[in-house]
Amino acid sequence: MKKVTTLLAAGLAAAVGVANAADSITVVSWGGAYTKSQVEAYHKPWMAATGNTVVSEDYNGGLSEVKAQVEAGNVKWDLVDVELSDAIRGCDEGLLEEINIDDFPAGADGTPAADDFLPGTYTDCAVANIVWSTIYAYDASKMEDGPSTIADFFDTAKFPGKRGLRKNPKANLEMALMADGVAADEVYSVLETEEGIERAFAKLDSIKGDVVWWEAGAQPPQLLADGEVAMTTAYNGRIFNAVASEDKPFEIVWDGQIWDLDLWVMPKGAPNKEAAMDFMKYSTGTEALAAQASWISYGPARKSSSPLVGSFHNKPELEMASHMPTSPDNLKNALQNNFDFWADNQDQLNEQFNAWLAQ
Amino acid sequence: MALPAYAGWGERVWYYAFRFICFLIFVFLISPILIVLPLSFNVEPYFSFTPGMLAGDPDAYSLRWYKDILTNGMANPEATTGWWADVWNNAQWIRSMRNSFFIGFFATLIATALGTMAAVGLSRSEMPFKKKIMAFLISPLIVPLVVTAAGTFRAFSELGLAYTHLGVILAHAILGIPFVIITVTATLVGFDNSLVQASYSMGATPLKTFFRVQLPLILPGVISGALFAFVTSFDEVVVVIAMASVEQRTIPRQMFSGIREQISPTILAVATILVIISIALLATLEMIRRRGERLRGVTPT
Amino acid sequence: MTSTADVIDDKLLQKRLDKAMFNRRLRAFLLVLPILLFLLVVFIIPIAYFLFQGIYDKTFSSIMPQTTEVLSEWDGTSEPTEEMFAALAADMVLARENKTIGKVATRVNRDKPGSRSLFTSTARKVSKLEAPFKESLPDVKDKWNDIEVWQAMKTASRKFTPGYYAAALDLKLESDGSIVRQDEKRRIHMILMKRTLQISFLVTVFCLMLGYPIAYLLATLPAKTSNLLLILVLLPFWTSILVRTTAWIAMLQAQGVVNDLLVFFGITADDARFSLIYNKLGTLIAMTHILLPFMILPLYSVMKGIPPSYVRAAKSLGATNWTAFWRIYAPQTIPGVGAGAILVFIVAIGYYITPALVGGQEGTMISNTIDGHMRQSLNWNLAAALAGVLMIVVLSLYWLYDRIVGIDNMKLG
Repeated sequence: MKKVTTLLAAGLAAAVGVANAADSITVVSWGGAYTKSQVEAYHKPWMAATGNTVVSEDYNGGLSEVKAQVEAGNVKWDLVDVELSDAIRGCDEGLLEEINIDDFPAGADGTPAADDFLPGTYTDCAVANIVWSTIYAYDASKMEDGPSTIADFFDTAKFPGKRGLRKNPKANLEMALMADGVAADEVYSVLETEEGIERAFAKLDSIKGDVVWWEAGAQPPQLLADGEVAMTTAYNGRIFNAVASEDKPFEIVWDGQIWDLDLWVMPKGAPNKEAAMDFMKYSTGTEALAAQASWISYGPARKSSSPLVGSFHNKPELEMASHMPTSPDNLKNALQNNFDFWADNQDQLNEQFNAWLAQ
Repeated sequence: MALPAYAGWGERVWYYAFRFICFLIFVFLISPILIVLPLSFNVEPYFSFTPGMLAGDPDAYSLRWYKDILTNGMANPEATTGWWADVWNNAQWIRSMRNSFFIGFFATLIATALGTMAAVGLSRSEMPFKKKIMAFLISPLIVPLVVTAAGTFRAFSELGLAYTHLGVILAHAILGIPFVIITVTATLVGFDNSLVQASYSMGATPLKTFFRVQLPLILPGVISGALFAFVTSFDEVVVVIAMASVEQRTIPRQMFSGIREQISPTILAVATILVIISIALLATLEMIRRRGERLRGVTPT
Repeated sequence: MTSTADVIDDKLLQKRLDKAMFNRRLRAFLLVLPILLFLLVVFIIPIAYFLFQGIYDKTFSSIMPQTTEVLSEWDGTSEPTEEMFAALAADMVLARENKTIGKVATRVNRDKPGSRSLFTSTARKVSKLEAPFKESLPDVKDKWNDIEVWQAMKTASRKFTPGYYAAALDLKLESDGSIVRQDEKRRIHMILMKRTLQISFLVTVFCLMLGYPIAYLLATLPAKTSNLLLILVLLPFWTSILVRTTAWIAMLQAQGVVNDLLVFFGITADDARFSLIYNKLGTLIAMTHILLPFMILPLYSVMKGIPPSYVRAAKSLGATNWTAFWRIYAPQTIPGVGAGAILVFIVAIGYYITPALVGGQEGTMISNTIDGHMRQSLNWNLAAALAGVLMIVVLSLYWLYDRIVGIDNMKLG
């Protein structure tokens, strides 16, 4: 039965004229300015070099689609750009192809890949391309004396107006604790306890009535531009791009930033494994990562890329280095997202977070 | 409900007040649909009227979002040769438009064929369990879409139908069936069965009778049922979210992620085109209805 | 007097008539058969299969068969035995090899939050462990001595479980099989269900309030004018829901048309614009707009059938306009009100797209949560249980609709 229906389905697909060439891969990422940077730095040069095509698809994170495709035995995606906790979880659940870091090309300076990638940026199933960060930003044209600390974000008396937050406990709970006076390096040990979670939720509660929730990374700049919120958490690259290419008067507050990795993973049974593997190696090469940094302010995961990072692609006067989450100035009070904590507690905290939202 | 000449003062006030209320409700119904049209020509990447637009400045208007419909997703929008081929093959909106029509067409075909046959059977007086069967056939309209989407996705996965055009077509055929049943049975209510008997008595086979006598007369019902089924498929997004990969993305699916992920006035431009399509559909339907009523000798209402 | 021959003839005739009747019935039924089979295969069975997952979950028992076996004999309170530890270790070795340990970890994590990494990290080392496992496993992670982990595994090992339906009703299945109320701060589904019902009810009321005057106007105007106005009702009906939802975003957002007008007329200040969208209000407005034609059309078709002479007669007998309307006209529209109201309510209760796009946090409904469990927390079983609860509500309304209106009276346009 399955065979017959598959055949039939394939016939129909052919009839509608879907490009079914073997050298077309589907690469899934987060959309907006971020996907744009990947298209410019990875897809286009790779397509030019190999003659293959890349179909780009957007998603909002999470493993659900990967899981559904793998379990349906009908995998459509060749590569997915995921967060670290999902890379680890997906690997544990057998949803991802394993990779070997030694197969990856050495850095431009000859350092083997295993040493060239920053510590902790590759796993059994995933290789990182960038370091990104959750920060908060505000519209400087509407606030003369703007906020400067993470505590200010939660201070609606001093800085009145709506707040944009991601509809997810991740990053919100950590920021709430830091705003409540917990030092960055103690955040996760506090969150391990019942009281710590209570404390974080209590802090969030204090602004709950003023929150506009966002889900996709492209929304926060839009919310700021539309005046829907006075300040919002966001991925730093999205805000940077609104400033750099649309001249928006947005200002990033780096205090209390939470940085994380984005990694490539390949769903188990990806349809164009070889081409996708080639793309993965190409796009995490020294040059590709450095090129991406000229399109969006996310830090490359390879050490050898850093010296090559220059200025914004169409603004030579705009140096990228100081806008990276990894720039020393920006790391003064920063936290690395703890994937172990989230892999363990994601489900339960999601549940509690959703209940809290509904109440 | 014309105002009689003898109407008193209070009656007059109420008469005009009532019309005013109705007017406001019509404004509520129509204004959101009309507002989309000018906004889709906004030169700025936002959903709101700019001061320039309000002042009537021609520079505040542009066709850039309509161009974006064609170019978004293209491999090389700057190319001089093969531009249209590139649009046809790669532009996201064009691809979803192709998918929408392809899926809608086949889903409508299945729903209309099965539904018309069933409606003819249901219109026969000797049909057993008529009401129960009817209730069953209408149920896809009642079951929440999320449940239908989840159920069909799970089962179709096992059959290798998830993430295929066929899978989406079958699921959409299910959703179209109730509309075909409702409209075709409604037409059959006024159907004069003696025509069928006359046809039989003159020696026609049942098949011939159906195609030569019955179908031409119920055709308006069949066509409007088919239109409903098509629009249902054309408008459906919940099943598509679950069942379709990027290769099966339809227009509403593309709009859905557009609204959630990267709000751009391109969506408004697409919406404008869709509004025009629905006006065309509505006009077709109205024409069919009038023609049908004339044919069956019913005076138009 | 009847002869024997006549009796036989009668019987024969009756028999042949029955046979002819049976054949006709069969022929009619054969016309319906294809669609019944089609719906059975691609609609009913899939949904039944999906809903079945609300009470059936074999994740744990199929991946951890030995552990399931020994857990079934364990009383749930005594200290775990070496046999149990050994079975667990053996299963884990296999699960690690097959890369299924993550599934087990996720499953147990649902009952005992925080135990995910316990499974995944232990599994990485388990193949090197040696008996007695009762000591070597806790050496890796001392959490294995926590009896709650074992209780969670016992709960997870049940193939048929009321646990998901309990969760859908904000209850909790304990390891001893008893059901208690969920922690107060985790109660969410009943709130959502109540909210869903509340929004559906309000949308129905609004649709009735707005739809009744329009239907009345259309039914009483001359055919020519009313046909023209009917198009204003049908146009939204035929316009894509996505288009209409998009349009409402453009209308209602902070910089949107409505707020612009309010500021222009000085009703509100520029920096104090109203939040009309991404909340319950936004959901209510957009849903009312989308479902309004579902109310107007049945009302209109009922009102069109009411002869105007009744009201005229009442008036000529001395009734005021008010009395004539309420005592004579309104009661005759009740079937239309019933049909429209139930239809709107049924469609509203399962609504997904509009709340997802304009609902914000307080405007989301149960369908959105079902979807969330399917696609975000990947908990299909809980999604199925919630869908089961929703289906019960919807099907009883459908039954009610059939009783009051009759399915065969459903009309479109």
